[in-house]
Amino acid sequence: MNIKLFSYKALQLLTFVSFAIFISACSNNGTKVENETSDTLDAQQSKKDDLNKAKQIFYSLPSPIETAMLMKRAGAKYNQEYLNSINNVSKYSTSKSRALNLGVYGADLSFSSMFDQSQASLKYLSTTKKLADDLGILNAIDKSIVSRMEKNINNRDSLMTIISETFMNSNSFLKENDRAEVAAIILVGGWVEGLYIATKVAKSTTANKEIIERIIDQRLSLNTLINLLNEYKNDENVASLIPDMNDLNTVFSKIKITSSKIEPTTNEKTKVTTLKTNTQTKMSPEVFDELVKKVDLFRNKIIK
Amino acid sequence: MKKNFKLIIIALAVLLTPYLGMSQCKNFAKKICKTQLLPYVHDGIFNATVLSEGETAELYKTFYSGQQYRISICSADELPPIQFQVLDADRHVLYDNKKDDYAKYYDFKLESSQQLIIAIQVQTKDELGDKILSGCVAVLVGFMNVENSFNQH
Repeated sequence: MNIKLFSYKALQLLTFVSFAIFISACSNNGTKVENETSDTLDAQQSKKDDLNKAKQIFYSLPSPIETAMLMKRAGAKYNQEYLNSINNVSKYSTSKSRALNLGVYGADLSFSSMFDQSQASLKYLSTTKKLADDLGILNAIDKSIVSRMEKNINNRDSLMTIISETFMNSNSFLKENDRAEVAAIILVGGWVEGLYIATKVAKSTTANKEIIERIIDQRLSLNTLINLLNEYKNDENVASLIPDMNDLNTVFSKIKITSSKIEPTTNEKTKVTTLKTNTQTKMSPEVFDELVKKVDLFRNKIIK
Repeated sequence: MKKNFKLIIIALAVLLTPYLGMSQCKNFAKKICKTQLLPYVHDGIFNATVLSEGETAELYKTFYSGQQYRISICSADELPPIQFQVLDADRHVLYDNKKDDYAKYYDFKLESSQQLIIAIQVQTKDELGDKILSGCVAVLVGFMNVENSFNQH
């Protein structure tokens, strides 16, 4: 056999196969328009109608930074005891526990930053870095982040930007590397920790109306989170979280909610629109206590 | 030998192009779209994908009462305009940027927390061409950082 000829033919075949794969992968993106005729225009309109189904759905949760800010605005006060101890980090040896607690510590980092707890923030930052490294996503995090945070430790706006940027880099890194289910698990950890802190604050504060409202609002994020988890339920780590999330959903569904139609009104000067609506919520003390208990159980399961 | 090498490069380029597209999409979202959010703080969630003419994507997100938000849409230069609508949970249209000359962002606040849907669609070109355009489309959400009104003890 002529080896040179064989290699050349093999390469031609490889090139042909590559083009074939590329063309078939792109087949969902449309076809060539060949003739400029009215039939083609009709076909385009029909194609447009057929493409009304979304190609991609994103489910987005409040980031840890937004959650921490909402709680602070609602009157929460900082209490180190609410947060997961950094000493627990050595317990997390599975990818599930690491991902969950990366979310937990991310929420704790956001909370301590929001309340200007600089030493605690730096410790939580180191802890999140360790877990990110354990999960193989440290490359997504800017290597200069610790020094950037130290330089901006007294500037809350800059800290929020740095934390938010780090969160985005990790989130996009995981999605791009086909590890979106890990990103979902991290979100669960962060969301549960945020809810846990909120319930602790509500229990310890007498003037807690706004905090309770924020807790009730979490029913909306819970629906989003359950939809997100169901997308990845073939992953056993994700699937194992769904029963606890459904348990929480059962409690949230006991809260009575009535809502009027949303009416948008735009301020012509500021160009900001207010989405006006009248929502009434009613949560009995028994339902609140049941919710606190469920959240406590779930959170302790995550961090143990 | 040179011919073989060229063929290898072409084959690899064809196989890897979709993945390079997504990586560029992320960088595009970070560099171009984030600046459009200022002075709002980005929520840190990355929502970007490659879409072709006529294709749609949707973002489901909870927005909280008393908070001011900006939804920012950006897309690759070669794409036609992007239409985005803000829908409530029952898919009633609350805002349509098509009526606003395809505005690229929308600022709003809510009296009650809601889950909203941001539906985006790449418009189709008016003139007929020989290929369908596609490119990166990103949806970023920012919130206004406002100091709290409560005193801390």
